[in-house]
Amino acid sequence: MDVRFVNSFLEGTISVLETMAHVTPKPGNPYLKKSRAAGGDVSGIIGLTGAVTGSLALSFSEKAILKIVSNMLGEEITEINDDIEDAVGEITNMVSGVARKKLESLGFNVTSAIPTVVAGKNHTIHHVLGGPSIIIPFETEDGPFVVDVSMIGTE
Amino acid sequence: MDIDLNMKILVIDDFSTMRKVIKNLLKQVGYSDISEAQDGTSALQILKSRNIDFIISDWNMPNMNGLELLKAVRGDSEISSIPFLMVTAEALKDNIVLAVKEGVSNYIVKPFTAEVLNEKIEGIIAKQ
Repeated sequence: MDVRFVNSFLEGTISVLETMAHVTPKPGNPYLKKSRAAGGDVSGIIGLTGAVTGSLALSFSEKAILKIVSNMLGEEITEINDDIEDAVGEITNMVSGVARKKLESLGFNVTSAIPTVVAGKNHTIHHVLGGPSIIIPFETEDGPFVVDVSMIGTE
Repeated sequence: MDIDLNMKILVIDDFSTMRKVIKNLLKQVGYSDISEAQDGTSALQILKSRNIDFIISDWNMPNMNGLELLKAVRGDSEISSIPFLMVTAEALKDNIVLAVKEGVSNYIVKPFTAEVLNEKIEGIIAKQ
């Protein structure tokens, strides 16, 4: 996978969470994921088509997403509810938007679908391309989350 | 510049969370009179029944999207002069040209801070 694709989503994730939630996530070393396990308690996934095709998932631990969404809404949320799932969809959409803008500046025009959200312990992520995906692990002060990227260039 | 923090703002987005996020940002700046609508159709009903001073609308919405709402607002002489700030997930040039053609006051790309949102609002009010 082209490292520029991964970097676009890494930068997009940091930008969205810093701007909307005042949370500065620290990225770890990317690695290859071979299973379908999401790695988090609530995940947003969005399909991409165009010069880059595939899908992007953000999978948050409960503690991390409770803090992120509480900061976004200006009110304390203590459990994964409809607001959390709604916000994960919106965060996924925004990360995709920022990343697509970066990809566009690199000459890759990409469009995205509507994000879907899955919640629950031990849920799985099904990427449209199948096969292994790249995981970028992040740490926040309140817990971890991962960005899970599966995509190929088509041009 | 003196901005009336009591002006009536209508926030339109199909995602309730995003409406809450925008309301939270507006409150951080000091705005307090904020109404919400989940789509263009219900927004028009509110615009007809209350004296809204400023519209902040998402672009992508079911039933009536932000551009269609903008056209409806600009085509109705009772509400056509209300400032209209469009919120988009991406700054697609073609979309911006379309919105400008239809009379959008300005646009803002997600994600954004309370400061950037307020700069957009102040900029629009200053041009009134």
